[in-house]
Amino acid sequence: MSASAMVTVSYREAMRAAIREALLGDERVFLMGEDVGAYGGCFGVSKGLLEEFGPERIRDTPLSESAFVGAGIGAAMGGMRPIVEVMTVNFCLLALDQIMNNAATITHMSGGQFAIPLVIRMTTGAGRQVAAQHSHSLEGWLAHIPGLRLLAPATLADARGMLALSLEDPNPVLIFEHGSLYNMEGELPADAGAVDIERAAVRRTGEHVTLIAYGGTLSTAMQAADELAGAGIEAEVIDLRVLRPLDDSTVIESLARTHRAVIIDEGWRSGSLAAEVSARIMEQAFYELDAPVARVCSAEVPMPYAQHLEQAALPQASTVVAEARRMVGGG
Amino acid sequence: MPSLGADMTSGTLLEWRVKPGDAVKRGDIVAVVDTSKAEIEVEIFEDGVIDELLVPEGTRVPVGTALATVRAGTEDEVPSARPVPAAPQPPEAHRLRASPIARRVAQQLGVDLAAVTGSGAAGAITKADVEHAAAGAVTPVAPAPAAPAPAASGAPAPPPAPPATPAGEPGDRALAMRQAIGALMARSKREIPHYYLQTQIDMSRALAWLAEENLNRPIAERLLPSALLLSAAARAAAATPALNGFWVDEAFRPAEGVHLGVAISLRGGGLVAPALHDADRSSLDELMSGLRDLVTRARAGRLRGSEMSDPTITVTNLGEQGVELVHGVIYPPQVALVGFGAVLERPWALEGMIGARPIVTATLAADHRASDGHAGSRFLTLIDRQLQKPEEL
Repeated sequence: MSASAMVTVSYREAMRAAIREALLGDERVFLMGEDVGAYGGCFGVSKGLLEEFGPERIRDTPLSESAFVGAGIGAAMGGMRPIVEVMTVNFCLLALDQIMNNAATITHMSGGQFAIPLVIRMTTGAGRQVAAQHSHSLEGWLAHIPGLRLLAPATLADARGMLALSLEDPNPVLIFEHGSLYNMEGELPADAGAVDIERAAVRRTGEHVTLIAYGGTLSTAMQAADELAGAGIEAEVIDLRVLRPLDDSTVIESLARTHRAVIIDEGWRSGSLAAEVSARIMEQAFYELDAPVARVCSAEVPMPYAQHLEQAALPQASTVVAEARRMVGGG
Repeated sequence: MPSLGADMTSGTLLEWRVKPGDAVKRGDIVAVVDTSKAEIEVEIFEDGVIDELLVPEGTRVPVGTALATVRAGTEDEVPSARPVPAAPQPPEAHRLRASPIARRVAQQLGVDLAAVTGSGAAGAITKADVEHAAAGAVTPVAPAPAAPAPAASGAPAPPPAPPATPAGEPGDRALAMRQAIGALMARSKREIPHYYLQTQIDMSRALAWLAEENLNRPIAERLLPSALLLSAAARAAAATPALNGFWVDEAFRPAEGVHLGVAISLRGGGLVAPALHDADRSSLDELMSGLRDLVTRARAGRLRGSEMSDPTITVTNLGEQGVELVHGVIYPPQVALVGFGAVLERPWALEGMIGARPIVTATLAADHRASDGHAGSRFLTLIDRQLQKPEEL
């Protein structure tokens, strides 16, 4: 570890620092999206960037996801390094044709003549009472598409460090920022920089059960692990970080130690990322399992507006604890 | 349950390879049994049709327990024999709720899941339950409840339960093997009055012949000196009946044919000594390939029952380890064990001259109840003589 000083930053500031660094380091980089300029970003991530970099590089767009994501793809094909912000993952459906039929396929369709070094950032997830059209976690849908890399920074270090290598990737990279994380504060080395965008990370080690989470559910898993430790159950917590291509080996290696897994996914259970991870565990670690894999996902309803209903629909640490205890026994 | 070696008191039926109604002929492999040493494929010695499997997979039973019934006859006769509505089928045993790793560990530790109480969700058996059962296994695994119970009257008494494995961690396979070897070797030293002979054999001619012979062979088919030693020992045994056979019921029973047991050390400790069948009548090539095959399968834990129970005399070759000689312990009920040390260059006096020669020390440990030093001397001399005429091996 370097002896670099630690600074207190929020997730929002870490993201902003990453974008600013990219803008300073490469003149081909620009940011584009709804309200990213004058308003400073719907979640305040790009505040101050318009003043520093000007309207050429911090571009406000019309409310047309299909148009500006498509423009981003074209810019990437033309040699730029666009960062496109889509306000929420719900709205990315308007641009799904561009993401899937163009961004994810053009390298293939052109026989490798065009790379698409495009980064699309979007906010995902619930918990802020913004109801059923702004709250869903559709990472699982997008993780279905070959040709994309999907990242879910759940820590300050990942918020600060994932963008750099994403811009270097010749393929489109989608970064999912969970809306509940922007205000998260913590310490980060002043010189924090690029982090890998290949591997899952073990955020806590334990021998009895593996809790697998990503993005907004990492804190749920960590909280559950704390509660379980009080009951004498040592939970290992894996942060998937990279939702496509999935890093199977970190998960399987953990299962070889703990023999039990609970997957925590804010997506709906049916056809979810949790389902995919569970299937891979079954395929690759069946003979390591000491209990069926358990999933804690969102209730299969449109995300409610009322706070108590919203919380009831979301994965809760108490549910994770109950699943883990049932699995380990004595619960 | 066949006795797959004199050290075996019970075995776990791992897997059935046949089902009721299957026609079988002598030599077919019908089941896989786990002794404490290895997984052994069990052959059948009768032609016929499998009538009923009496012991469910995963059950540990004492040696001598009937595993299945076989009807004489051929498959063609089955239809007439079959429809007899035998005793009502016991309701199909409930599939045990056990996790995949619990099943795997149970198999490794030789634990019968039917006797384990599950602590997992809905009573499922977990890895910890199996390990707990193995660690505290005072109760040897009795035939599983799923076994069709014989009807009340006239039924033979159930076989006595196998002796409990000593305390400690009897589930541990390496430990189980040490205990099995220990029990057998202690019995050997307790019961068998060993006598020991040794002689030094000049290997110049044998090795020169081997080098010449190997020149004309592709690398994969080259012969090793141990093939010559095995062949010489087998032929000497065929010519010395008093050393080739078994001491059973206070009398020596010479064996028909020489089935040479070959001591093979296993990775992770322990050893087995499966047989090279009719070694005295095998060519060097047959011995070489047989040896390779045995070593591979022994280390993979897949030997056949006949290989385990058939050896009539055993050879141990510690030469690879570099030791000069080995005084062996006889494997009961056999009556002799031949040992070879390393072939080492040594000063050797011949016709008044001293020269350097490759020398191997051959030893014999023999059962004095079955033979005397005279027969033993003759045996070692014969080995020497064979090795001086390698072209005849």
